[in-house]
Amino acid sequence: MIADMNAEDIVGDYQEVSLQLYGSIKRKVLYTQIETPYPDGKLIVSTTNPDGIITHVNRSFVEMSGYREEELIGAPHSILRHPDMPSAAFKDLWDTVRRGEKWQGFVKNLRKDGGYYWVKATVIPNVRGGKVVGYTSVRRKPSRSKIEECCKLYPTLF
Amino acid sequence: MSFQFTVSPDFTPDHLSGWYIFNTWLQKQTGIAMHLEMYNDFQGQREAIQADNVDLIYANPFDAAMLVREKGFLPLVKAEGAADEALIVVNADNAINDVADLEPGTRVTYTEDPDVRLMGMIMLEPGDLDNDNIVPVLADNYVLVAKHLLKAEADVGIFLAEAYDDLSTMVKNQLKVLVRSQISVIHHALMIGPRLQDRREEIESLLVEMSNDDRGRGVLQSLGFSAWQKVDDEAMEFMIDLMDTLNT
Ligand SMILES: Cc1cc2nc3c(=O)[nH]c(=O)nc-3n(C[C@H](O)[C@H](O)[C@H](O)COP(=O)(O)O)c2cc1C
Repeated sequence: MIADMNAEDIVGDYQEVSLQLYGSIKRKVLYTQIETPYPDGKLIVSTTNPDGIITHVNRSFVEMSGYREEELIGAPHSILRHPDMPSAAFKDLWDTVRRGEKWQGFVKNLRKDGGYYWVKATVIPNVRGGKVVGYTSVRRKPSRSKIEECCKLYPTLF
Repeated sequence: MSFQFTVSPDFTPDHLSGWYIFNTWLQKQTGIAMHLEMYNDFQGQREAIQADNVDLIYANPFDAAMLVREKGFLPLVKAEGAADEALIVVNADNAINDVADLEPGTRVTYTEDPDVRLMGMIMLEPGDLDNDNIVPVLADNYVLVAKHLLKAEADVGIFLAEAYDDLSTMVKNQLKVLVRSQISVIHHALMIGPRLQDRREEIESLLVEMSNDDRGRGVLQSLGFSAWQKVDDEAMEFMIDLMDTLNT
């Protein structure tokens, strides 16, 4: 399950929108225009099961998302889904990794406090004994110019 | 039958005699005849691995992937608490304080150490630098990486954090660290090849116990760390997956 966002958790002025997750479940999302810069030298790592439910996060993931680890483990990865991200990007992500290939792209993620952060993400299938047991995503710091390109491109993909 | 042991070239210079002492200790403990072969460069070592000449290897994280996936190696142990981290360093006189302000055409000096280079190039990405728009300045070791920066023959240096920390204070005072990676899960590992795998458990427990007696502790000291720590298969697979995502 994925709960609505709470006004008490939000820092700063926010807008409200209803997102359709999994193409069906609705989630009330509250978001601000406050960016948290990607920390230098760190990698944000998470692993999901084959259905996209989070099974592992590293410390940088917890710090940047604003959630506690217990809130993340067992949640669908769309807990980070930002309303400015076009769904076409995630369709491409899932189509690519389900084919067994690597996906790479720039993602704007939503924090628990309503703020956002940009990442350059790579997602790969975790193959053990010939079987896909899950997916791992590793995010690194994107360049300003790449973020600016995405800020122009993504609104055209809705 | 004699087996072959080798050590990733990035780790040999400082602890060369330590690895010979370690190999003697291991042979005595296991009764396995083991020949320690040191390669001067990554190329030579790769060829030996491809020819299936290697049975035990202290491998860098980059090679670990190939050893597991293509050559059937399994992990044994890693140096306790150790992780490979990389640094982005410039001359202290350089006006630049943020990687984001670097320009295409930047001269980047690094060694052949593949995982350090990989981590370093990732830390240069926020400046839109990549393999195609930097000018590479290859160095044989990290002291020479520092020299290239001091002599202004390169603008940016990629260091193994440990190697940078070991530089003299005088040298470090003339340099400036822009970024220090905090990845913490990438590390070298001692790995065992198919021909020795029936002895894996026995060797692994010997190594894990090594710090519990005086002689063992002394041998470890000569390698530069205090204990071996077990690496299980899944932890190694995870590190390989991680390297895989970075290597794109
Ligand atoms: C390993 C992995 C990591 C992911 N990381 C993110 C992420 O950081 N942010 C995000 O919005 N979606 C991420 N996704 C995609 C989500 O699973 C989901 O598809 C997306 O948020 C869109 O939501 P929806 O599929 O529920 O519509 C990731 C998926 C996988 C498999």
